[in-house]
Amino acid sequence: MDSALIPEGVKRCSLWKFLLALALVSAVLMWGVYAMLLCWVKGLNQTNMNDYYGFALWIWADLAVIALGGGAFFTGLLKYVFGKDELKYIINYAVLIGFICYSSAQLILGIDVGQPLRGWFIFWHANVHSMLTEVAFCLTCYFIVLTIEYIPLSLENRQIKKVPFFANLTHNMHSAMAVFAATGAFLSFFHQGSLGGVSGVLFGRPFSFREHILIWPYTFFLFTWSAAAFGPSFTLFVTWLTEKITRKKLVKDEVIHMVAKISGWMIITYIIAKSADTLYWMFNTAPSQGLQWSFFYQNNPFYGKWILFTEIFICGFLPGLLLIFKATRENPTFRVTALVLGIIGVCLNRWVLVLQTLAAPVLPFDSWVLYIPSWQEVATTILPIAYGVILIMISHRYLPIFPQERELNPIDAPPASVVSRQPAPTAVVEGQSA
Amino acid sequence: MLPFLFEWVWDMGHYVFHGAVWAVLSIIGMGMTFCIIKSVVDTMQGKTGHDPHH
Repeated sequence: MDSALIPEGVKRCSLWKFLLALALVSAVLMWGVYAMLLCWVKGLNQTNMNDYYGFALWIWADLAVIALGGGAFFTGLLKYVFGKDELKYIINYAVLIGFICYSSAQLILGIDVGQPLRGWFIFWHANVHSMLTEVAFCLTCYFIVLTIEYIPLSLENRQIKKVPFFANLTHNMHSAMAVFAATGAFLSFFHQGSLGGVSGVLFGRPFSFREHILIWPYTFFLFTWSAAAFGPSFTLFVTWLTEKITRKKLVKDEVIHMVAKISGWMIITYIIAKSADTLYWMFNTAPSQGLQWSFFYQNNPFYGKWILFTEIFICGFLPGLLLIFKATRENPTFRVTALVLGIIGVCLNRWVLVLQTLAAPVLPFDSWVLYIPSWQEVATTILPIAYGVILIMISHRYLPIFPQERELNPIDAPPASVVSRQPAPTAVVEGQSA
Repeated sequence: MLPFLFEWVWDMGHYVFHGAVWAVLSIIGMGMTFCIIKSVVDTMQGKTGHDPHH
């Protein structure tokens, strides 16, 4: 029934199988929607946030998905501004993943803000001394850019592109994409940075406070750097996952290896800078405030030194090294291991800077306060994942996301006897499965 | 926020924040306007919009 919408020359699963999978993911989505409605109708008392945890699971999820969606701006920057043309084979997917990540972040913020009807206040009554205002401005503008980048892809649907205006619009938007990509990179630099800057400027929270370059704390630069480093890793990981689920090769190895190499070098340079920043904080910033760094990793059941070791060595240096050396980069097992470790590493970094910052005591009579999210928080955090899976499923089925898919997965020509009976042989060779 | 609102102050913070956001929105808006107008013109001229990249 939907075969007329499927891109030419590629195979897709049967419609009933597709709808069944869609229904399963939609059930998870509805669970999240139910929790979201509870938060909107009954209020933030549905969460386990309190006076210690004004920022909690949602803000961590926000920061994590924004970092992981960084593949879109960095890949776009490399392709459209620095002219890495080979990236055209993966840029569509990077944009789709970025679009999902940023729309998810906005959705989460829409729940977290408590009063979504007043969401526009941050634009109209802007506090120009707040890094979060910069985040809100840049995040919204960059989401518009991502939408603009996603539009030509959606207009390339087999039926839509038959309309001359849409075909011309697709062509013209592709021609102007360098302007949008450069704008997106500018916006990403600032909002990724400002998300890190939020923790870095908290002089009342010595765990996350950092020294500054002009008005920007070191965390500002580290956040942007880490998003550019781990974002492409996430794009590669989701591509690998999609290949496993569809049981098809979707992107050529040369492209995968090139992105993995770029990501590896970005990770290794980032983690060296991160290590230098951590050492400076350990032996300079924290002592200047009368504190020893080890204080932040003791007297509590969860936040030990293991978390620092894991973030920097196991999920930082290790994936970086695995990706920069040709032998390990081109070995699928090592490469995927590195990608997973990198993704865990950047998520752990965001967790530490949001949650551990708030958990550590800041007054002499204070103690460590740990936090366990409510099921409503968990469900609303899983909600964007289900939404992302659905959008990927629909986009992959109906849009030509992977330009190399047809070449890598040629559809067998039908037997000559069948062809001879067909009035229009080309239609058979195209061979969509319904 | 727009300069004619009572909350507006002519200081560096407002120049930088709002200057940047309005500049970006203008670039995005002009870019999209250009694409849409050019597409209308191309369609009226009978172009098919073939893109060699895709």
